[in-house]
Amino acid sequence: MSVCGRNSRALPWALVTPALVWTLLFFVLPFIAMGLSSLTAHEGGGFTLANYSQFFTDPSYWWAMVNSLEVTAIVTVISILLAYPFAWILAEMVPERRQRLALMLAVLPFWTSYVVRSYSWLLVLAQNGVINRTLTGIGLIGEPLQLANTRFATVTGFVHFFVMLLTLTIFANLKQLSPSYRKAAADLGAGPVRTFLHVVLPLTLPGIMVGAFLTFVLCIGDYITPQILGGNNELVMPQLVMMQIGRRGDFPLASALSIILMAVVTIAYLACARWLKIERA
Amino acid sequence: MTVNARTPLSTLKSHLAAACAATALLVAASGAQAADLNALIWCDHSDPALLEPFEKANDVKVNVKEFEGTGAGLAIVDQSQPGDWDVMVIDSIDVPRGVEKGLFEPLPEDKLPFADLFPEVKMDKSTIVDGKRYGITEKFGYNTIGFNKTKIDPADMQSLASLTSDKYKGKVAIYDYYLPVIGMAALAIGKKTADLTEADLPALKAELLKMKANAKLVGEVTASQTALATGEVDILVGGGEWVTAGLAKENPALDFSIPKEGAVLWSQSLAMFKDSKNKDMALKFIQYIMSPEGQARLATSSCYWGMPANKTAALTDEQKKILRFDEQPGFLARAQAYPAPNADLDKKMQDMWTEMLQAQ
Repeated sequence: MSVCGRNSRALPWALVTPALVWTLLFFVLPFIAMGLSSLTAHEGGGFTLANYSQFFTDPSYWWAMVNSLEVTAIVTVISILLAYPFAWILAEMVPERRQRLALMLAVLPFWTSYVVRSYSWLLVLAQNGVINRTLTGIGLIGEPLQLANTRFATVTGFVHFFVMLLTLTIFANLKQLSPSYRKAAADLGAGPVRTFLHVVLPLTLPGIMVGAFLTFVLCIGDYITPQILGGNNELVMPQLVMMQIGRRGDFPLASALSIILMAVVTIAYLACARWLKIERA
Repeated sequence: MTVNARTPLSTLKSHLAAACAATALLVAASGAQAADLNALIWCDHSDPALLEPFEKANDVKVNVKEFEGTGAGLAIVDQSQPGDWDVMVIDSIDVPRGVEKGLFEPLPEDKLPFADLFPEVKMDKSTIVDGKRYGITEKFGYNTIGFNKTKIDPADMQSLASLTSDKYKGKVAIYDYYLPVIGMAALAIGKKTADLTEADLPALKAELLKMKANAKLVGEVTASQTALATGEVDILVGGGEWVTAGLAKENPALDFSIPKEGAVLWSQSLAMFKDSKNKDMALKFIQYIMSPEGQARLATSSCYWGMPANKTAALTDEQKKILRFDEQPGFLARAQAYPAPNADLDKKMQDMWTEMLQAQ
């Protein structure tokens, strides 16, 4: 075996080693520690499956997962429905020289703190907030609506954030799409609607799915938005995890709940990955 | 099923935890100096107006780390090396948890102003363990009813029954901390907070659910304050001077009552770490916080106000009026102890709280 041959095999490993070490240190090892912790009793420290059985047997615990999935599904669907036309307008209707400025304006909300943005929404949606004052001012409603401290408020806060994220992924996909696809469809007699439904939409599905998956992962694991905007009128999984830590410091139960949450995210990833693969085929 | 045995899993886990702690300390060590005072604190201690006079007077840097909840605080200590921390702020009822873990140093009573404390807040039952005092109460207040007196009849706020009446449906927020609010539920059903047992849980749950049915939200400190300040709600169950006093200048309509059934007394203590490498400075810090000047600054901290434990706190007349300083003897006489359940009952209470939050 030549030195050159050994080097050519070693080089890829050398290049990938920093990433592997990083992943090992900051994902694999903490994950193993969390897994072991989840199998430990809070009092006494012995092996137990009680942390997992608590989740599956206590309705108030698994209901938090139901709430998380419902909120995440609603946010993902609404964000896609809003982001797609927005990305389309940016990619197709805004002149190329102004697209950079338009994109910058689109992501402006990213520049503010996540917490500040959530509290701002709380003030907007409050009983004396802008929306209720406007609606009562123009006589559309007699009494202020309860908008803040509801699931609606949580979804609104999430959608505000994730529409921007999805817009970016879909916009990037639309820009990569060669105009010749549409020209070919037109040559074959397809109208704009048919071209969109049968050519553009399927080809931009990877962008949608990447954005949707990111939305799912970030949304289902988020603690701040539901905590600030939801008013604790229903708990989602990250809130349930945090509850175990605050006073009692029950890290084993918090770990078990986190692992269950991660299992759900993994299932979502597998579903998305498989689907994307089929689309690409 | 629970088995108390040293398994390969637990050995690996402990090694991993040690590796994580070592990494964290390597990172932390780069920013701290040996002469610094390292304090695990609640947010009211991070106010520069409180810390700077001490730092200047003693030529020391106070490194603070905020935490919420005793469990989170003790976890930080678990992940640190002995000697990393010098002082800690802790719920007075949780001082024994730190003592059980062997964390705290007995405090020299002769060097601290115990004689100047309000007698009711010395909390001897929790701050003295095996005859030694491990904590000194620095600040206290009430989990009671905070309300907007321009929108709510103050006379109604003299009874906890008002919290569950239809008259105030949708005008109520509940402070999101299970122990004090469960304490208030206990008062509402005529139970003593110090005597709560598992047998009381069904009645307590029923009362909590009635409160929840009237509530618009269950919020942590900032959310509760925001809701009351913006008019989203007019009543805060579990509120008190810690919510209303800090907002008094901008919103003088906010007030609190101690209803006829009583209120729940909260108190926070300072403790010194047994392994502190800077015990002299740690004691000086505790002495400063307990001094009349330190007490006034802590009581009016920008994060939240509360009553100083030291009766001689150098508060202005206006500050005393806002805190209702002169009414304290009457309030304290009607206040009941913060619930201090054992680990098993604590878990059951938290699960009951979870059920209440999930109830629609």
